[in-house]
Amino acid sequence: MPYTTSLRCKECSRETELLPVNVCDFCFGPLEVQYDYDAIARVMSRESIKNGPPSMWRYAELLPADPENRVDINAGLTPLVKADRLGKALGLNELYLKNDCVNPTYSFKDRVVSVAATAARDFGFDTLACASTGNLAGSVAAHAARAGIRCYVFIPADLELGKVVGAAIYGPTLVAVNGSYDDVNRLCSEIADRYGWAFVNINVRPYYSEGSKTLGYEAAEQLGWHAPDHAIVPAASGSMFTKIWKGLNELHDIGIISKPKTKMHIAQAEGSSPIVSAYDAGIKDIRPVRPDTVAKSLAIGNPADGYYALKVIEDSDGTGHAVTDAEIVDSMKLLAQTEGIFAETAGGVTIGVLRKLAAKGLIGKDEVTVAYITGNGLKTQEAVQDVAQTVNINASLRDFEDAIKAEDA
Amino acid sequence: MAKARVRFTFASELIQEPIIWSLGREYEVVTNIRRANVEEDQGWVVLELDGEQGEIDRCIDWVKSKGVRVDPVPGDVIDG
Repeated sequence: MPYTTSLRCKECSRETELLPVNVCDFCFGPLEVQYDYDAIARVMSRESIKNGPPSMWRYAELLPADPENRVDINAGLTPLVKADRLGKALGLNELYLKNDCVNPTYSFKDRVVSVAATAARDFGFDTLACASTGNLAGSVAAHAARAGIRCYVFIPADLELGKVVGAAIYGPTLVAVNGSYDDVNRLCSEIADRYGWAFVNINVRPYYSEGSKTLGYEAAEQLGWHAPDHAIVPAASGSMFTKIWKGLNELHDIGIISKPKTKMHIAQAEGSSPIVSAYDAGIKDIRPVRPDTVAKSLAIGNPADGYYALKVIEDSDGTGHAVTDAEIVDSMKLLAQTEGIFAETAGGVTIGVLRKLAAKGLIGKDEVTVAYITGNGLKTQEAVQDVAQTVNINASLRDFEDAIKAEDA
Repeated sequence: MAKARVRFTFASELIQEPIIWSLGREYEVVTNIRRANVEEDQGWVVLELDGEQGEIDRCIDWVKSKGVRVDPVPGDVIDG
């Protein structure tokens, strides 16, 4: 980790050495990796980035893991798509979609897990672990397979088969836990405390979460080294939202882009919207909720970074909005049918909130807007299965032509 | 001996109840408060519980039975 200096508590600012720990020993506040930005500015430039690998690791100096040791399944450098048809539907001329559906395990989680797995290897761990209801499970299992280390994935016992297979194929030990969401949550915290494993989103979380910064770096690079005017980001824990903002500001701090004036808009599902509820109430104290939404990948009731996400909204003059399950599903269809991108339910949340922002006039028609699509629709097909309407015919040309006439009528 | 780092969230009607004091009398668990905040309609305390694992489990069940929400300190660790 050549350019990292320490871990710093986000609450009491105490510094500690770079270890696999996620909370401050003193106040139990969350820890964040610190860097030597002066040294990074001396070696990193637009040119050096362009000459780097065609993946998120082109920004290695700004990541807390040794790039020579990286566990890399080619995450990142995903397309930034100019969305003309969706933009036209919403009255936006400069709309872009950051399409993270096309990562190796089909979600943005590959970015954070690639950093976490590399940091785990740097620290000498022999086991990678996580607790997940879907995207994270697959990504952790895939990276562990790539690294050739042991993997434990904890899942709720009632997880859908498709999601189980999406992780199982990589050969981890899958532990299906009976009990409520809270029970699984608590058990995993206890296991993380007791076993000397790299739990990507527990003891390795300060390193893991930094991987999301690359979503900010890439958008700026793909926009010709400019930060967008608006970013719409789906939120569960709120971590990715804060890290995209951090990434844009870091590029400025090392002299690569001008000061970002991006308005950061957070997008949640109404059935799991503790951050947006606090924003609407004008408070910074998150009230935990019991999630109940079709957007399972965003179903976190007690978000670890909720307070910090609210700070980013404030600092960036952004907003927060929530959408209903019906709006999520409708927005998934709109995205697919205008831009050819089949996003998972979290993408429906992003597009649903984008539609609200456009309808309220909160985005100017020529303002550069990036909407983050963070996971692939094949993972949540059940949410939109009603689209599977067919035209049924017998195997005859006449039947076909009659059916087509009826369709066109 | 075991330790647990937890966050208790109190609804407004529970804020004036001496729940942490009662916990210390009812159970063989040492409480060590690290951070706390009280607002108009909610309060929370981040603290460490130190004791036998079974006794910690029992005391957490008792705190929950009082209507207090108990969460691991880092927030939810199950991710999407």
